[in-house]
Amino acid sequence: MNTRKIEILVGLFVALGVAAFAILALKVANSGISGNGDTYTLSAKFENIGSLKTRAPIKVGGVVIGRVESIYIHPQEFLPVVNMSIDASYECQFSDTTSVSILTSGILGEQYLGLSPVIAAESAKQSCLGNEVTSNAGSELDDLFGVESVALKNGDMLTDTKSALVLEELIGQFLFNQGGE
Amino acid sequence: MDFLQVLGHKALSRFASLGRATHMLLGALLSMPNFRKGTPLLIKQLYMVGYQSLLIIMVSGLFIGMVLALQGYTVLVGYGAEDSLGPLVALSLLRELGPVVTALLFAGRAGSALTAEIGLMKATEQLSSLEMMAIDPLKRVVSPRFWAGFISMPLLALIFSAVAIIGAHLVGVDWLGVDSGSFWSIMQSQVSFQQDILNGMIKSFVFALIVTWIALYKGYDCVPTSEGISKATTETVVHSSLAVLGFDFLLTAVMFSS
Repeated sequence: MNTRKIEILVGLFVALGVAAFAILALKVANSGISGNGDTYTLSAKFENIGSLKTRAPIKVGGVVIGRVESIYIHPQEFLPVVNMSIDASYECQFSDTTSVSILTSGILGEQYLGLSPVIAAESAKQSCLGNEVTSNAGSELDDLFGVESVALKNGDMLTDTKSALVLEELIGQFLFNQGGE
Repeated sequence: MDFLQVLGHKALSRFASLGRATHMLLGALLSMPNFRKGTPLLIKQLYMVGYQSLLIIMVSGLFIGMVLALQGYTVLVGYGAEDSLGPLVALSLLRELGPVVTALLFAGRAGSALTAEIGLMKATEQLSSLEMMAIDPLKRVVSPRFWAGFISMPLLALIFSAVAIIGAHLVGVDWLGVDSGSFWSIMQSQVSFQQDILNGMIKSFVFALIVTWIALYKGYDCVPTSEGISKATTETVVHSSLAVLGFDFLLTAVMFSS
């Protein structure tokens, strides 16, 4: 076999080794992978996020519709804020009365975000998409409560949140209630 | 008295052989490097030792990753913790299986070949002929093979771990239905670059030194008969496997125990 061919194959071998190192260093040990497809971002403020991690799934009725993008502390209120990136096809579909809670898969499993969606009224959907509002259909609920709901779009903040259940707090509460009786 | 004499003789011959091995290694490493003449020799050996080991390393990596994922999943799913499959696979591969299994396969695939090659060179007096022509066989024959092994094995271990993690992803996520985001994110939050990946690489450099050194020494020091070569080849595989496992325990105790 001639030298050129051998050199090319050795070059391939070294390149494979470097590629493996890059995969291990970037994908296995570090964060920084982007999701696929178009997404839009919602944020939600919690009292306590438990052990929620970035890239944790966001589920509606068990179906994954997005991922946790980042978690940080609100600079004034010192409460954790979770940024969620959700599939763009769901933009303007949920009403702002949608609630989000931190749930656990299984007893020892990882934590994820459960979204309980309230479907936005047709008029709110249209105004969110930037169309002219023509019909007023589907807004009976709004009339009932006397408020006008808004559909969620990129950058909106969810207000109805339920924090993670922390075992110690639950036990503490239980003991406190027992003592009161 | 006879027993003591046998014991003493064995100990002395062990020390003598350790001395010859060190002498050979230092002779090969400390000779003046000549990049113009040395590089083609090194590249040829990198091809023989590194590139030709790629197939066995990648296929074993893929299957070991898949088996790890399958077995880990069966246990973890009982606790509803199947999302932790990622870190389980990645940590066991990067810290232990990657360097160790690569070293064992390397000893069988490349180490035995090195021993047989140099052993036959010795048996057919090619090494002596080189010396007659005033060419140092340590520099010409042993040194490029040593460096080729020392460079290839860490690369092979990295490829092994990467392919195995892809195999685990294949089985865990695509077949068994572990969530892909949890698989990667929990892995990333638990695997640290310095603690796990760098320590794993240090391990594979140490194993590369051990395996290549043993293989070269056994060939260089073999009895120059066909029986001697066969014995030396067997000893290469057995001794380097045992040495790798022993050193792995030591290194693990130092690196990960605290």
